[in-house]
Amino acid sequence: MTVRTAEFLMASVMTIASGYLMWKSAELPIGWIPDEGPGGGFWPFWLSALMLISCIGILVNWFRKSTAISRSEEPFFAPGVFTEVGMVALALIVTVALFNGIGVAGFGGIGVYGALPLFLLFYLKFVGRHSWVLTIACMVIIPVVTFLFFEIALKITLPKGITEELFYPLYRILL
Amino acid sequence: MGEIINLLLDGFTIAFQPLNLGLILIGCTIGLFIGAMPGLGSVNGVAILLPLTFLVPPTGAIMFLAAIYYGAMYGGAISSIMLGIPGASTAVATTFDGRPLAKQGMADKALTAAAVASFVGGTISVVLFTFFAPPLAHVALVFGAPEEFSLMMLAFATFVGLGGDDIWKTLFSIAIGLVLAAVGLDIVSGEPRLVFGGITGFMHGINFLVLAIGIYGIGEMLWTIEEHTKAGGKSMLSEATITWQRTVANLKELLGTWKTALMGSFLGYFVGILPAAGATPGSLMAYGIGKQISAKPDDFGKGAVDGVVAPEAANNAASTGSMLPMLTLGIPGSPTTAILLGGMVIWGLEPGPRLFTDHKEFVWGLIASLYAANFFAVILNILFIPAFIWVLKLPFTILAPIIFILCLIGGYAPTQDLHDVWLMLLFGIVGYLMRKLDYPLAPAVLAIVLGPLAEPALRQSLLISSGDMSIFFTRPYSGPIMIAALILLFLPVLQILIRRIRGSRQSPASSDDTPGSEWQG
Amino acid sequence: MIITRRSTLALGLAAGLGLTMGLANNATAGWEPKKPVQFVVMAGKGGGADKAVRLMQAIIAKDKLSNVPFTPINKPGGTGAEALIHLKGKKGDNHTIMFTLNSFYTTPLRQPALGVNIEEFTPIMRMAEDTFCLWVHSDRKDINSVDDFVKAAKAKGKGWIMAGTGKASEDNLLTDFLNSAYGLEMKYVPYKGGGKVAKELAGKNADSTVNNPSEQLGFYEAGTTKPLACFTPERIALFKDSPTFKELGQDFVYFMQRTVVGAPGMDPEAVKYYQDLFNKVFTSEAWQTYRKKKALQGDALSGDALMAYWKNERDVHKAMLMKMGAIK
Repeated sequence: MTVRTAEFLMASVMTIASGYLMWKSAELPIGWIPDEGPGGGFWPFWLSALMLISCIGILVNWFRKSTAISRSEEPFFAPGVFTEVGMVALALIVTVALFNGIGVAGFGGIGVYGALPLFLLFYLKFVGRHSWVLTIACMVIIPVVTFLFFEIALKITLPKGITEELFYPLYRILL
Repeated sequence: MGEIINLLLDGFTIAFQPLNLGLILIGCTIGLFIGAMPGLGSVNGVAILLPLTFLVPPTGAIMFLAAIYYGAMYGGAISSIMLGIPGASTAVATTFDGRPLAKQGMADKALTAAAVASFVGGTISVVLFTFFAPPLAHVALVFGAPEEFSLMMLAFATFVGLGGDDIWKTLFSIAIGLVLAAVGLDIVSGEPRLVFGGITGFMHGINFLVLAIGIYGIGEMLWTIEEHTKAGGKSMLSEATITWQRTVANLKELLGTWKTALMGSFLGYFVGILPAAGATPGSLMAYGIGKQISAKPDDFGKGAVDGVVAPEAANNAASTGSMLPMLTLGIPGSPTTAILLGGMVIWGLEPGPRLFTDHKEFVWGLIASLYAANFFAVILNILFIPAFIWVLKLPFTILAPIIFILCLIGGYAPTQDLHDVWLMLLFGIVGYLMRKLDYPLAPAVLAIVLGPLAEPALRQSLLISSGDMSIFFTRPYSGPIMIAALILLFLPVLQILIRRIRGSRQSPASSDDTPGSEWQG
Repeated sequence: MIITRRSTLALGLAAGLGLTMGLANNATAGWEPKKPVQFVVMAGKGGGADKAVRLMQAIIAKDKLSNVPFTPINKPGGTGAEALIHLKGKKGDNHTIMFTLNSFYTTPLRQPALGVNIEEFTPIMRMAEDTFCLWVHSDRKDINSVDDFVKAAKAKGKGWIMAGTGKASEDNLLTDFLNSAYGLEMKYVPYKGGGKVAKELAGKNADSTVNNPSEQLGFYEAGTTKPLACFTPERIALFKDSPTFKELGQDFVYFMQRTVVGAPGMDPEAVKYYQDLFNKVFTSEAWQTYRKKKALQGDALSGDALMAYWKNERDVHKAMLMKMGAIK
């Protein structure tokens, strides 16, 4: 895929998104209510309309090839970039999905403290190619520090999925 | 005047009691670290430690909490500069130049500039606070919805020149930010708005942090991974070194930014005292004005020290400023002051017009503690710079997963709703793709910060005036602010027109690529 | 290492035995929370409800009433809709409680699509009822009674600005009552939060408000604003000179509940634990002082009596909202 194609795709997707937002905003009055000023949908509707106009502007530029991006026939992803970035993005999505599950097959997720070590394992070992010692050290230390800092010090309870009960004794000791 | 100084000296004797001094020092340290975490701000620190403060007398307790607030203001700049992720909306403008500086291997310079500018801003504002609290409280009181809207227009106007070369993409970015800001509840009609089929997570709206951590955290990291891959695994998050000579040279260079620091401090303070405005518009306006008064405006956004000094002086000044409406009117200017306010109520201190007369000891002790907190915060901040630089020197593939984890947890912490984490990932990935296509994203982040302040103010004003727009021009404070905003907004357009008429030379980079040149010609 | 091993263990457990969560919570007498209790606030940070929750949290921590911390979390979205849905989704959870306002009744009535039935929730304890008064700026020397107020508001017609805390909120209901009872046409302008509303009156950006006493107290004590009359059955001790609307011939009183409510289907043991706990909070000196200073009324109420109170209040609000035209 070239940069030019990507530019077209992005602008098209955003055009559709703008239209959808305009339609959604119109659920509330978008006009001027006498004695009151603009209705509830006024602000998002007309700003979505501005988004739409901008997208059309971007598409016009694309047809006329009047910006550097719309002329560029370079590949959108340099060799190797798509795999590398895509892998990390996917790993992030899987990590968050593992936090508390996503409602599939009643699986409740393995919690932050199950997912983070897996993410670290993936990143340090398979992306960073670090040694096992470093990888395992990080897999232990980072979640422990996260727990102590966020849950014990700041009292922010993080999602734990099915591992929840395992933390009861820890709470009893530390809180 | 003499009476004020006497009161202040009494305040110092309270603030310098060993217990209180210790509390201020601990508070500053805690604040610095919480502020440095993306997604966590002073509000977390203050809210969590509020119950602990029952172990000490109220005056010490509020000093402790105020010190956290202060420390976090200093700390906010750290993640903006080192990671490019604004930890709080007040630190957005700091990323514009702080991050480029760090990328150029001058993280130490940016961090020093942020610390010193914060100190200047904080100190000037405390002095202003000391001497001019009651008259300014009156201004804050009469500032209503029309004034707020005019002020937001002014904040937008100072940012006209911030976008990229492509006018349409800049417009798109502003518009999408403002639309995202409208998600949640329409305050005037009380109806849910853009909740996409009643998805609960959208009901609380889209928090600024979700977009900012998404774009600047996840998106920026994906972008860095791309560069890292292209460079064959050699690129770093930031090149950084620190030596004594460099620090001395940095401090010397900072002397040259005194004008910007002063401008930022005064501007930040005066915007900060206005209820509902808080520190964010102040720091944004300071950046915009800093750019316009700078001798080298083109350096802004590419690593100008003034671009770090202006917002940092302003946001610290504003954080002191926003204590003024809290103490004198009982109106919090920010979520953090809201919780401070809650604390005061719990301790039996009723904020409001009578606080200054009924609880002199408390008020002046607090003011004196702000002087001390500023002093501690700048010292701590500078002492910790080598540690931060050391962190930046870690290999990218170790730092990257840690930053990702901070982003995920930082996105979760404010609302404790996984919905926001998903949304953050979405913004991060789409933001990364848009960035590859040269969409400027800073305007979207600014828009989502200012939008929720601007829209209700506009609607409330028009309700009051029965739909008559003249309300923005006829009121004594609103009128001049609105006119200044309109002048600033149309200045670039006028300049372009004048240039076009004169047919003088244009910068080649923008002339043939902007559709504007064809559309307006 | 401990954590990863435990996580794997948990995975195995879940696969083998099915989801056994919560079993351990049942049975044993003298139930105690096993993890931090999430204390949901149906409103934003810094409001009256938020302040009260943080005070209760502080009392619990200070007097060591619980073995775990209570962590407040604000869910103001959709005028409380977000909080209600959140609590509804926590069915059977013994570690989630919520602090409610009157949007507890009005939001489910106005948004039936939420599918929230407040009778499902577990009543724990009503901690207070907040009161409302009609306020004007002290510079209005011509207004010293409700009669003066009616005269002035009539003269200004639609130009009379009443500031309040949101559409169809308590303030809006009271404004509508005043409009219909006295034949006025005051314009209602919603702001975000009662503190902001109080300030709009003190800054003369509004002509009148129906604030809680706690929100106006600072300005009242400074002599900036004055209460004309209150929506209480009897005069509020702090404002001895202000009559009640009842005295003025209007058969109308209005309160805002400040109540702790639990997730639906909470175990009876847990309910008892929370009732005992909040009873201790209620009788604590700090809470009683707070009630006195904020002119709060309403006794502690729990169990079936609280549920009956809810049902009654819901019917009252339904009638008010229908009259207002906010629901059919």
